[in-house]
Amino acid sequence: MSLDKEQVKHIAMLARLKLSENEYAESVEKLSRIVDFVDQLSQANTDGVLPMAHPLHAAQRLRPDAVTETNERDRYQQNAPAVEDGLYLVPKVIE
Amino acid sequence: MMALHTRTLAELSVGLESGEFTSVELTQTLLDRIALRSSELNALITVTADEALAAAAKADAARAAGSGGTLNGLPIIHKDIFCTRGVKTTCGSKMLENFISPYDATVVEKLAAAGAVVLGKSNMDEFAMGSSNETSFFGPVRNPWDLECSPGGSSGGSSASVAARFVPAATATDTGGSIRQPAALTGTVGLKPTYGRVSRYGMIAFASSLDQAGVITRSAEDAAMMLGAMAGFDPRDSTSIDEPVPDYVAALGESVKGLRIGIVRQHFDEGLDAETGARVKEAIATLESMGATTVEVDLPNIDMSVPTYYVVAPAECSSNLSRFDGVRFGYRAENPEDLLDLYCRSRGEGFGDEVKRRIMTGTYVLSAGYYDAYYLKAQQVRQLIADDFQKAFADVDVIAGPTAPSPAFKLGDKVDDPITMYLNDIYTIGANLAGLPAISVPCGFVNDLPVGLHLVGAHFAESTLLMCAHQYQLHTDFHKACPEGFQ
Repeated sequence: MSLDKEQVKHIAMLARLKLSENEYAESVEKLSRIVDFVDQLSQANTDGVLPMAHPLHAAQRLRPDAVTETNERDRYQQNAPAVEDGLYLVPKVIE
Repeated sequence: MMALHTRTLAELSVGLESGEFTSVELTQTLLDRIALRSSELNALITVTADEALAAAAKADAARAAGSGGTLNGLPIIHKDIFCTRGVKTTCGSKMLENFISPYDATVVEKLAAAGAVVLGKSNMDEFAMGSSNETSFFGPVRNPWDLECSPGGSSGGSSASVAARFVPAATATDTGGSIRQPAALTGTVGLKPTYGRVSRYGMIAFASSLDQAGVITRSAEDAAMMLGAMAGFDPRDSTSIDEPVPDYVAALGESVKGLRIGIVRQHFDEGLDAETGARVKEAIATLESMGATTVEVDLPNIDMSVPTYYVVAPAECSSNLSRFDGVRFGYRAENPEDLLDLYCRSRGEGFGDEVKRRIMTGTYVLSAGYYDAYYLKAQQVRQLIADDFQKAFADVDVIAGPTAPSPAFKLGDKVDDPITMYLNDIYTIGANLAGLPAISVPCGFVNDLPVGLHLVGAHFAESTLLMCAHQYQLHTDFHKACPEGFQ
């Protein structure tokens, strides 16, 4: 196994994913296989090759700094799990 | 009279124009068929009957007034990855089970403007991550050619619906093969345009440098009609390309005489089912008999395409899917202890196994100490693969080969082994990595299951691909074959 349970726990925490004990065990096995599989990339000779940034080498466009969006807060918040007075509710962060 | 559900977009367009039937009649006919048959395949997540009939009435009124777009009154479905205002848009996930989109994707907007009537939203692998439609929270889709088999993925609901004659055309998306592989496995036409050709705005993101919207239809002619309505520059998509949209339908009539077809040796090696390979070679021979020539071309780095993809795509997915936090929209875990618990449990409970696996793979390859060895390395290899294609297209107009290594496989067969599942896309991934357009065209059968011919073109060569596919379909009837029980 190229990954152990501690590593998978660390990755899951970085990814903000809570897994069950069964899921951890399965993830160690399957993620290890995926990592082993993509490890064959190390065999490719990429000396002096610039990493691809865009398949058509297009540059990022800029737009004029103008207001184009209207305020749609109420409509967008209809999909939110918990809101009050236009604010998104989350568990208390500061004691 | 030829039944309405068996007709292509082009044929239906003629019928509407001549007054043989109205769009309301056509829409009702197909909605009835969907109500009667679609649960057998689990192909649709949402049916939008009321909206469809209203749009059809509007299309009929427009036609009576002498106006209306190129797809006026013609029925389609959208893959449930496209945001559709006021309609549930789930992306095949528990995370978005109750998400009602507050806006339309550009693709949805453009097809509506062309007059298309949307009958519903199709089932798909969760967040488009899968090659069998088995990762959907709403359950797998069945292949109309064999109900025990997968219709491919991730656009399995779109491919099954078109093959089963529920609709003549469906939108779809392709990150590593998600339009073309399901098209091959269901005997339909699947077109993935050039990266940036069709807007990604409102298309729920998986891997932004690879994702591209396209179509699944039964004929290349219909794919040309759809692409013409969908393509074009969109300032709301930062990677949209500002190139004029040619008349794809007008170009269909050209000849394949003198067309140079490239053949890649690695596409016919031991990974390919022998009978599938035989059908593909017969298709290439047909194109030669029509005047095309074949040339062997070398893509020396193509064997690296699947590992490259499984670094780049998960990396981008882990970043894109970080937006699902249980706060602004989507699933939220009950009774969180604190904010961290809210994030971790909402995501842990809201995402399925394959999505979590890809998020974790992506998180790993981007994490401190591994970035250079994986992500940077993959982007370098990706450049090598793109350069190989570029060189090949100096000598050939299209590259032909198989779309998938075998015909449709049984549901459950590959679901436990991620690597075997990933290798389904071995022939299609290269086009995504290099941003090239590609199409899958039905080219025969193996044990009564359809096989797809894969054609890849140079950037913005959609016209060439569609012309070649259309000319092939004028010489063959594979695309007209209908699965038993769905005539």
